[in-house]
Amino acid sequence: MSHNLSEFVACSALTLPEALARLAESSDPERGPWRPLAGGTDVMVTMAAGTLPVGRYVDIWPLAELRGITVTDDSVEIGALTTYTELRAHPVITAEFPLLSLAARETGAIAIQNRGTIGGNIANASPAADTPPGLLAYDAELELASLSGTRVVPYARFHSKYKQMDRRPDELITKVRLRREPSPSPGQPIHYYRKVGTRAAQAISKVCFAGFARIDGQKLLTVRIGLGSVAPIPLRCVRTEAALLSGPLDEALIRRAEATLSYEIMPIDDVRSNLRYRRTVTLNLLREFLTRCQGR
Amino acid sequence: MKQPDVLQQESPIGQSPPRKEGAAKVTGKAVYVDDLPVAGAIYGATVRSKVARGRLVGITYHPGVPWEDISVVTAADIPGKNTIALIEHDQPCLADQRINHPEEAVVLLAHPDREVVEKARRLVELHIDPLPPVFDLDESLDGDVRVWGKDNVIKAFSIDKGDVAQAFASAEVIVEGDYATGAQEQLYIEPQGMVALASPKHGITVWGSLQCPYYIHDALATLFGVAKERVRIIQCETGGGFGGKEEYPSMIAAHAALLAWKSRRPVKLIYDRHEDMLATTKRHPSRTRIRSAHDRDGKLLALDVDFRLDGGAYMTLSPVVLSRGGLHASGPYHCENIRVQARAAATNHPPHGAFRGFGAPQSVFAMERHLDKVAEQLGIEPVELRRRNFLQPGQKMATGQVLRDSIDLPQLLDRALTMSDYLRRREEFSRHNEEAAASGSSLRKGIGLASFMHGAGFTGSGERYLASIVAVDATPQGMVRIRASSTEIGQGKDTVFTQIAQDVLGLPSSMIEVIRPDTAEVPNSGPTVASRTVMVVGKLVQRACQELRRKLSEGGLLGESYTPTEFATACGIFHQMGGSLRVESQYQQPSGIEWDDKKYRGDAYATYAWAVYVAEVTVDLVTYETRVDRFWALQDAGRIIHPVLAAGQIEGGVAQGVGFALYEKVVWQSGRMQNAQMTNYIMPTSLDVPDIFVEFDDRATRTGADAPHGPRGAKGIGELPLDGSAPAVISAVHHATGLMISAIPMTPEDLLQALETAR
Repeated sequence: MSHNLSEFVACSALTLPEALARLAESSDPERGPWRPLAGGTDVMVTMAAGTLPVGRYVDIWPLAELRGITVTDDSVEIGALTTYTELRAHPVITAEFPLLSLAARETGAIAIQNRGTIGGNIANASPAADTPPGLLAYDAELELASLSGTRVVPYARFHSKYKQMDRRPDELITKVRLRREPSPSPGQPIHYYRKVGTRAAQAISKVCFAGFARIDGQKLLTVRIGLGSVAPIPLRCVRTEAALLSGPLDEALIRRAEATLSYEIMPIDDVRSNLRYRRTVTLNLLREFLTRCQGR
Repeated sequence: MKQPDVLQQESPIGQSPPRKEGAAKVTGKAVYVDDLPVAGAIYGATVRSKVARGRLVGITYHPGVPWEDISVVTAADIPGKNTIALIEHDQPCLADQRINHPEEAVVLLAHPDREVVEKARRLVELHIDPLPPVFDLDESLDGDVRVWGKDNVIKAFSIDKGDVAQAFASAEVIVEGDYATGAQEQLYIEPQGMVALASPKHGITVWGSLQCPYYIHDALATLFGVAKERVRIIQCETGGGFGGKEEYPSMIAAHAALLAWKSRRPVKLIYDRHEDMLATTKRHPSRTRIRSAHDRDGKLLALDVDFRLDGGAYMTLSPVVLSRGGLHASGPYHCENIRVQARAAATNHPPHGAFRGFGAPQSVFAMERHLDKVAEQLGIEPVELRRRNFLQPGQKMATGQVLRDSIDLPQLLDRALTMSDYLRRREEFSRHNEEAAASGSSLRKGIGLASFMHGAGFTGSGERYLASIVAVDATPQGMVRIRASSTEIGQGKDTVFTQIAQDVLGLPSSMIEVIRPDTAEVPNSGPTVASRTVMVVGKLVQRACQELRRKLSEGGLLGESYTPTEFATACGIFHQMGGSLRVESQYQQPSGIEWDDKKYRGDAYATYAWAVYVAEVTVDLVTYETRVDRFWALQDAGRIIHPVLAAGQIEGGVAQGVGFALYEKVVWQSGRMQNAQMTNYIMPTSLDVPDIFVEFDDRATRTGADAPHGPRGAKGIGELPLDGSAPAVISAVHHATGLMISAIPMTPEDLLQALETAR
């Protein structure tokens, strides 16, 4: 045990306005911000390790407003407190956004999947998180709420630097919005997800690759790539995507995309893996994704 | 449950009754050390060095906690000798001036509030003038930094057979190779911990999670300078050990007892997983250099092995680990000319210690990889190379020991090949890999094997020195109680001892009680280590039960056969007549076993378990990950007393061996473990463990062809599966990739590097 529980302040919010009112007190310079506490699956780990910042925590787990998945004709809205277990099981997510249910399936243990939330996963801002690459590949949007209103941020622009994001201390992530593809859409959809974490379960990724594409014959109509664990943030690979849209998907284009991606990522050596491995595997996964796009 | 009062006809040997302690464990009733309700207990914490080597020049207790309420213990508070007594007295209980490794304990704290003691721990500052450390095994042996003794050599010995130099001089083929294995954490499910009560008036009592009560008994008597009768050690239910709770518990018990002695209050000292991984012992990292001489057919003409272990900062059990490693270095193969030079070197890592296999997994890995290398160089199938070199009964092993086991290794190999369909798979995978390479597919398949043996019981004269004792008594109601210091640590000792007693006494399991080890209640049957519990201690249980039965029948109270009620009546009458129904049996070395500790000549082990393991893997060249798909484990471990528990031992050992081979890497920086969490120290999960097919070949014992030393012909089994799993897996990787991998753990990062080097 390396934490001192008595140094922490915590309260529970029962409604969204109540939670937002708490967060609005975050500007108090003496007492520091209130931090939202959702499923607690990251908080418990850092707390046990003694690295959780001492301060004020508002438990938002009871907020019914942030639960559940709403499907309309053109979008799917995922409440921020939706758990991995719910993501794994939801029929529209599994059918149309399978990268998210695959990611949910590979996150932690069953107990973690019952408790961990998509909003918490985003706000924890770990570059090694499993769901963000899929959210990037589907070009998701986030809705943030505060006492002064709500705003929508493209997820691709949400993370700026390591553990830094476009969220004010008084704001709460409330929803993740995904656009459903119109039916019929041109071309063939390809969803590709691969988490590389050395063991088959309960792993933190060394490289996580999520790719979505629509291909018509030799030509990519759409391609979006989200990567985990190869940069300080979950990384949307816009330059590589641009390179891939520049011509027919042949060996020359794959080589060009590999060269671009090789510069777009910023992997490091750390306790889990090394730069060389992360770079090589990322490029191998790109090739495997594109080979699948080619229908091979 | 009421048992029918009938003659027990069928022998319980070879049956698989439920575990004695199983129901308590699965219903949560079992009491582990942290579950012990201790009135008025205070909680201990350990202040450790972050520096690998230096001189302690001062300690500052920074304000922020009520220091006047906190019990503080340093080396100055130790009543007796500041040491954890084991083979030698080189390791201090608390560092005084010299710091020799990171996580070395310097100050102990205790307070009724766990959070206060934790805060206090962070407020203690150790002032240490650093000295140059050494972390590399070969730098320790060859460099100038002296960190232990006069030359950093904790133990060195050599085994010599025949004339190695001459054999090399005339050999047609010489093959050389370097092999390495890494540190490995035992990862028992229950982290370590102790509860202590201690005062000059009442003596010292310790409860804890442990394998070897009498090791702690000795260590505390020395530390406190008291008579051994003043020390009492009681085992709590223990959640696994794997060697990790062989010697380190003496350290925690010592710390808890010192805090209790100073504070006059009961002290609970429980490690969390992080502290446990950082501070307690791990498997010794090894380096092995092998040169071998062969004729063109692969026949082994000479073997020259240089075997080195990193012992860490103190001796602990390194000499014995080195012995077992060196004695297993030549494997189950016959060679006329052998030289094994073995050295354990000190470094400034935390001391390495006992871990299932105890040196043998390191040297067996090297030898089995080397044989695959020889096979490749000579263009001989690895299976065929092994077959041509197997030991045969009557031949002499490396130490001159004549092999008396009636083992037929070629036959064991054939059975393993059949059970795994080895030859067909090998051919099929070779073809698959050629096609995959041609088509650009990323999956490669491989199958590989290892043949090996493991000596049962203590090395050399160890059992003679231990002279273990088991006591058995019977109450007037006919309840038979087995008293031994051998611990139940999840392996099933209580259940198997009960079967052995039932087999002799013909009683139902409910009339046999296995007493929980408590040094006030049980004699010293030795430590629970070295694959010795069933074979050596189980034999003593058998003999004591035979003696008990003889005592009752000689008194005319029992006939040739009897019902449980008749047994109970006999016990009642015996007690009424004032007799004692307590009997003891003590280890006696079987005749014809001779061992010379100085020259490493003679019978290294009374008997051996023999095995051939086969692994099938898939290597993914996109991610460089290796998956073990199937695993076949065939062994002759003598007569199997409890087939389900025995198979469980093998399966668990294979899983640990897969971790040793592919996953479990301790990341060191300046002697400190950087990945001391289960998220970053990658232990295989149930999804990573292959389908394991276990078979026991005990025909030789059943037919009476083999007469080993355990009860009903049982041999040791606990450590065996760790020896051969890793080399079988890496041999399969060799087949899949063509790469001669010679170091483990082989992570995906290592495989990528090997592929790039080979390009």
